[in-house]
Amino acid sequence: MATTNNGIKIAVVGGGLAGLAAAMKIAEAGHEVDLLSVVPVKRSHSVCAQGGINGAVNTKGEGDSPYKHFDDTVYGGDFLANQPPVEKMCDMAPEIIYLFDRMGVPFSRTKEGLMDFRRFGGTLHHRTAFAGASTGQQLLYALDEQVRRYESEGKVNKYEGWEMLSLVMDDHQVCRGLIAMNLQTLELKAFAADAVIMATGGPGLIWGKSTNSQVCTGSAVSACYQQGAKYANGEFIQVHPTSIPGEDKLRLMSESARGEGGRVWVPRNPGDSRKPQDIPTGERLYFLEEKYPAYGNLVPRDIATREIFQTCLDGYGINGENQVYLDLTHIPAETLTRKLGAILEIYEMFVGDDPRYVPMRIFPGVHYSMGGMWVDFDQRTNVPGLLAAGECDYSIHGANRLGANSLLSCVYGGFVAAPSAIEYATNVERNGSETNGIHAAELKRQQEINDSIIKREGKENQYKIHEELGKIMTENVTVIRYNDKLKETDEKILELEDRLEKASINDSNLWATMALPQARQLQNMLKLARVITLGALNRDESRGAHYKPEFPDRNDEEWLKTTIAEFSEESPVFSYEDVDISGIEPRLRDYSSKSKAAKANGNGSESKQVPEQGHEQKKDDENRAKITNEDKETITNGESFKEKHDQ
Amino acid sequence: MSAANGNGAVAEKETLDNPPQVIKVNIKRRENLDSQQYTETFEIPYRRNLNIISVLMDIRKHPVTADGKETTPPVWDMNCLEQVCGICTMVINGRVRQSCSALVDDILIESGGNTIDLQPMTKFPNVRDLKVDRNPMFDHLKKVHAWIELDGSYDLGPGPKTSQEVQSERYAYSRCMTCGCCLEACPQYHDDNYIGPQAIAQVRLFNMHPTGKNTRDDRLEALMDDDGIANCGNSQNCVQVCPMGLPLTRAIYETNREVTVHGLFGWLRK
Repeated sequence: MATTNNGIKIAVVGGGLAGLAAAMKIAEAGHEVDLLSVVPVKRSHSVCAQGGINGAVNTKGEGDSPYKHFDDTVYGGDFLANQPPVEKMCDMAPEIIYLFDRMGVPFSRTKEGLMDFRRFGGTLHHRTAFAGASTGQQLLYALDEQVRRYESEGKVNKYEGWEMLSLVMDDHQVCRGLIAMNLQTLELKAFAADAVIMATGGPGLIWGKSTNSQVCTGSAVSACYQQGAKYANGEFIQVHPTSIPGEDKLRLMSESARGEGGRVWVPRNPGDSRKPQDIPTGERLYFLEEKYPAYGNLVPRDIATREIFQTCLDGYGINGENQVYLDLTHIPAETLTRKLGAILEIYEMFVGDDPRYVPMRIFPGVHYSMGGMWVDFDQRTNVPGLLAAGECDYSIHGANRLGANSLLSCVYGGFVAAPSAIEYATNVERNGSETNGIHAAELKRQQEINDSIIKREGKENQYKIHEELGKIMTENVTVIRYNDKLKETDEKILELEDRLEKASINDSNLWATMALPQARQLQNMLKLARVITLGALNRDESRGAHYKPEFPDRNDEEWLKTTIAEFSEESPVFSYEDVDISGIEPRLRDYSSKSKAAKANGNGSESKQVPEQGHEQKKDDENRAKITNEDKETITNGESFKEKHDQ
Repeated sequence: MSAANGNGAVAEKETLDNPPQVIKVNIKRRENLDSQQYTETFEIPYRRNLNIISVLMDIRKHPVTADGKETTPPVWDMNCLEQVCGICTMVINGRVRQSCSALVDDILIESGGNTIDLQPMTKFPNVRDLKVDRNPMFDHLKKVHAWIELDGSYDLGPGPKTSQEVQSERYAYSRCMTCGCCLEACPQYHDDNYIGPQAIAQVRLFNMHPTGKNTRDDRLEALMDDDGIANCGNSQNCVQVCPMGLPLTRAIYETNREVTVHGLFGWLRK
């Protein structure tokens, strides 16, 4: 298996931003890489990221710095992240952005020809580099191009249309490679490797409908978990405040819409059935701006989501439905087209209205998993030889991820995992793992699982089971969580696991079938769903995206801890690990005023407010300023708008 | 179908006022690469807000044809469902497009009936049912060196300054999602005989970049083979079907000029 200079071979599973970043670094270092991906890598889910990538490049004269980025990230994550890797990532961010610039990413530009930066949630700085509103697509393509270059030089072996099924483990529980299935032929193949890097993204399909792509099942990660890899902070699931509900998925409406000045509102009078354009400003409830004057529509996602959710629960949703307005119509159409064109087209394409002229109707949707495979500060999991990077690892975002930090964490994770894997692979003893038959044995075990699924008979329908899983997870394990509902959900998952045993795959033609892979994914999704649900049940506090009305406060004394789940046949086994808070002392989150949020920055108010380029306001400017100032008074005097669960 | 008419006025989206009770879906199917194509018809009850993906998901759940015959679930490719990954491309009522953004109401308004025809793209190997193999397109990208020749991925500071004008033209080309609509619609393209608009647009993308320019000749020469840019018959179908609105004919025009100049005078620089 060994062919290059010092003969090591590394397998990367997943060809999104994290996987490509790792593959590029490994190839650049002169080592051989097998890159596996369910879809052609250029079609990975990273392509859906819209708004941008964060890095304190500080070209706007705002006094931004990687330290402030670090502080915003840790604070936004409600202090659940181990701080050293977060600090390292924020330090590396400017050079990562510059690297993509050199790769030819068409980042949006200022008049001087420099990269432009926009604002995003959870910060007061212009820190987000962007390429129109399709930044993920552009960054993914840049790495795809570089990896294709190495592929054409024979340094990267791509296996597109292959799905990982399991790890190959030796008798000492050391990872020696993996088994994957060709999705056309259903052929199984053992990939021997000195180290395996998981970069398979998030598990959004567990909720049925989410903003995630169809490949985001979490299946491969679940397989690793079932073979001994620890899964951390599973209960922390980001529900994005603004998505477009659909029959087949929830389409993302990027935070950049708010970053460019988009305002969230509902009619003040809940029965108001007028068209949004006909409702005067005074009769609109800009609930985020009223409650959080400093950050306004750009409060972190967990907070915006809860507020929108609560507003609808309180009966303020448009026409009594679960939707609120996201309004861009006060910004000139030309500016919108230039800065947000791609996402506005998505809305127009799927809903029919043009958001340049009609306020969008949006509602929160499951978006991102902060939790994932447990890794140390070098992206190594607890299984020797197994590493993880990107959304499938838990390391950066704590209890809530800030917008435009995900693209960054993917690239950072890949860039750290690559040298770490090389180092491990260079030093590991193979102990005869090439010849002792462990690969063949695991291949046989996986073939037997396939055979048994193909033979399965019964009246159950796996697509129906998936639907039921998605429904109950969306109801009970998203924005607001109750312990009795969580228990009920776990029981339901167990029931679904039983029922899946009685589901025929219903496809007699096995060539390129979607049914067998789906059956295997669903089995793995159910296992991971239990980790998420039970993790949420155990954690009796509210922190970041995890909110329990029965335990509305953050409880650092008992719960400033990482949740760790380990697989057992019965039920996941949970343990808890202290969080490394060596950099920044935990403080309560409060986004109602600048000085409170930015305490660790020394003086939050020093950051200058720079007028947004092209962020011309057509109307409402004065009203908006008025509301803001009045509310600031209220806040300073009465603190009446303090975030509920922080009191 | 667009809601705005460009003058800032808002046109109401046309709605399907009298939807049919059932939608008839004819799917061109094929069991594997070597077998014959055949058509099966399915009927599903009409619901609002359906797109082709949700229609296919419905059929997959209960794969029974309109005349009550149990069959295998149809196979197709899908991923992002936001028309940005390009994978779910197929031919819908004769038009090549992404099935995620093909909304049933719009299709029925356009056709005036209740029937939808789905077939796989015809210019690529048909793996099964609606699934095709578009690997040739990725090979085209290798051939034209669609990348920047980086010295290394370590920290070497920012890239070259770029004007907004160049950025916005490059951005338009960089949105290509390798979906293959342009090749499907191109009358010149068959059996991978022509490198096609997709790859030519990527040549333009990288030749416009201040660093990419340095290796311009490699890309131009890749377009001078038998399958090169000279195959373009100027039908301009590509630009009409491109879902991302790439200025493909402009890319072909500009690149063709570069190729001609390179062919005439390139030897002088060597």
